[in-house]
Amino acid sequence: MKVDTKPKTKPEAAVKTGADILVESLLEQKVETIFGYPGGAVLPIYDALYRSDGDFEHILTRHEQGAIHAAEGYARVAGKPGVVIATSGPGATNLVTGIADAMMDSLPLVVITGQVATSVTGTDAFQEADVMGITTPITKHNYQVQSSYELPKVIKEAFHIASTGRPGPVVVDIPKDISANLCTETDQSAFHLPGYQPTIKPNPLQIKKLTEAIKKSKKPLILTGAGVIHGHASDILLEIAEEYSIPVTSTLLGLGAFPGQHDLFLGMAGMHGTYTANMAIAECDLLINIGARFDDRLTGNLNYFAKNATVAHVDIDPAEIGKNVPTDIPIVSDSKAALAELKKQLKEGPDHEEWMDQLNQNKMAYPLWYNNPPEEMVPQWLMKSLYHATRGEAIVTTDVGQHQMWAAQYYSFGRPNRWVTSGGLGTMGFGFPAAIGAQLAKPKDPVVAIVGDGGFQMTLQELSVLQERGLPVKIIIVNNGALGMVRQWQEAFYDKRYSESIVGVQPDFVKLAESYNIRGMKIETQKEFTDIIHEVMAYDGPVLMDCRVLQQENVYPMIAPGKGIHEMVGVKP
Amino acid sequence: MKRIITAVVQNRSGVLNRVTGLMHKRQFNIESISVGRTETEGISKMTFVVHVEDHQKLEQLTKQLNKQIDVLKVTDLSDKAIVARELALIKVVSNAHHRNEIQGMIEPFRASIIDVSKDSLSIQVTGKPDKIEALIDLLRPYGIKDIARTGLTAFARGHQPQVAEMTSYSLLK
Ligand SMILES: Cc1ncc(C[n+]2csc(CCOP(=O)(O)OP(=O)(O)O)c2C)c(N)n1
Ligand SMILES: [Mg+2]
Repeated sequence: MKVDTKPKTKPEAAVKTGADILVESLLEQKVETIFGYPGGAVLPIYDALYRSDGDFEHILTRHEQGAIHAAEGYARVAGKPGVVIATSGPGATNLVTGIADAMMDSLPLVVITGQVATSVTGTDAFQEADVMGITTPITKHNYQVQSSYELPKVIKEAFHIASTGRPGPVVVDIPKDISANLCTETDQSAFHLPGYQPTIKPNPLQIKKLTEAIKKSKKPLILTGAGVIHGHASDILLEIAEEYSIPVTSTLLGLGAFPGQHDLFLGMAGMHGTYTANMAIAECDLLINIGARFDDRLTGNLNYFAKNATVAHVDIDPAEIGKNVPTDIPIVSDSKAALAELKKQLKEGPDHEEWMDQLNQNKMAYPLWYNNPPEEMVPQWLMKSLYHATRGEAIVTTDVGQHQMWAAQYYSFGRPNRWVTSGGLGTMGFGFPAAIGAQLAKPKDPVVAIVGDGGFQMTLQELSVLQERGLPVKIIIVNNGALGMVRQWQEAFYDKRYSESIVGVQPDFVKLAESYNIRGMKIETQKEFTDIIHEVMAYDGPVLMDCRVLQQENVYPMIAPGKGIHEMVGVKP
Repeated sequence: MKRIITAVVQNRSGVLNRVTGLMHKRQFNIESISVGRTETEGISKMTFVVHVEDHQKLEQLTKQLNKQIDVLKVTDLSDKAIVARELALIKVVSNAHHRNEIQGMIEPFRASIIDVSKDSLSIQVTGKPDKIEALIDLLRPYGIKDIARTGLTAFARGHQPQVAEMTSYSLLK
């Protein structure tokens, strides 16, 4: 927020600082929203932001981790890079969790960090940290800017790299003298990255192999990953799946790529996937993976994963193909281009009535289940009711833990880009700031942050941003007074020794919300929830609902670590 | 298995860190690395000798290297006809009285003496790693004071024989 006490004084038109060049470059990339936090090494950049009359907003979060998770939420929903600015040293290191999170979940971010001046680099100067060294393993690419001359080109490259191919975070580290000093000449030439030429179009011969495999298959199955969403391939996927009646399951991050309520959808697969989906993977004879990376939370023990199947894998990142699961039909491609070619070539579908019957029987016999004493507040019921109350149309962000899995199981999405969760890194503290970013990307859409009582306390300082901006994010704390997922594992694998997982002390979340001038309410029964949820969703402002749920509930079904995908427990009551 | 991999890279700061970091992260064992400029300004070439468990791991390694923005080209030279050399500098304990003996011994290796002092002798040798190992073994009895090795560097021969005419020659057996 700008506080104008003095008229703006702009250095004369021709005289610009490196920071001015940076801001211009960001505007050239059509950046509308910047998440950040100022400090010594970025003072010139914040000054340039202040003086700029560009059409953008800077969102001051209250911690750099909040800024980067907000940028991730923004990126996931808007489908374009989230932009973050932080100062050197602690500012930059506070971003590390979010950068790693974005790397794991392939989210496009451009992260600008200040750095100490080049004259003192390497002297352990005040607030110096080796940001290049720290972020190298957790970025798609990183730069330390060597001169303001190269700044425009670096920024262009950074946006290009972040948002194309397999998206990911790019860090641009800018020494303070480079942003502060006047800059006379800049490199405006187009960039050329000979070492970065993602393969977008599939090899038609590989697609031909896939069509033959489909034709021959008696038990085909499609697995959707986030690659379907990044590639905007949902529509064409739906067309193909419907035309040839091929069933679909999904990874956690692929949810929304295929309509959750569709007859062909088997539910999520993996550690807390549905019985039908996991058994389908165990038994299928053709597994068509589109943009998923066969993560261990999906596959379980690899010795039992899709052992009877011909495996086809469409991925824009060749390094994902064959990394964990041997692949018979590798297809390096953008998901949409691959599916378009498949649609073109595919003339004859599989003959698989028996398979469909079997899957439908499994669906009927083994639905997701929970006990639901009506006088209690059951977390699974809460998720399901939220789904109904919002008609499945909200943008939902989650934190990490039991509530995340229940949300994945019971909130079903009709469309892509509405499900925002931390999958690969499993970052507690992600959900609430991510909702802020999502709301800024889609100001008119309902946004619900489903968070645990534990994880919410990791980034709740961002309530200030809701207050300041009046963002109508609805926060639902699935409050089980526990680090529930840890408690569940201790119950199952450590003989109920609940070491540090039952958290008796917590703030009064309602008063906490009120102290930020945000509406807060405690919900203790199903009736209380049902009575108010429509009003809450319609309310044009932020609301925090502290929902007190049963502590002892567990997430089922579950594949225990080390077990195969068919070895689920808790399949039936 | 041991493989020789080369990576042609854009000579930017941090590129070595990025490449060795990813090998470390994915648990590839690096036996040696050598880096030097190429004929093209701004382009360097790295040569790695690495241990990998199997072909799947090897494929991962080349794919992960290729994925780096500053890596232009990755080649696995292991199964090609190649020229591969390493240079070693070896300092051995020696007085005037051993000097001739050592000189005679290193001759078949086409090594040369490049520095002499009152009580030591420095030898330079170039060749395939096994040749260098052999020379080091021969010199050991005299007392080795220091060794500096460059690590292997290699490229493919101008003429690649058809698979059928490939002899069993391999550097990496
Ligand atoms: C930053 C971070 N620290 C620790 C963990 C390990 N962890 C995973 S789930 C979980 C419990 C989360 O508790 P809560 O936020 O209350 O959610 P619940 O499981 O109760 O729904 C913990 C501690 C993590 N994922 N992230
Ligand atoms: Mg909890």
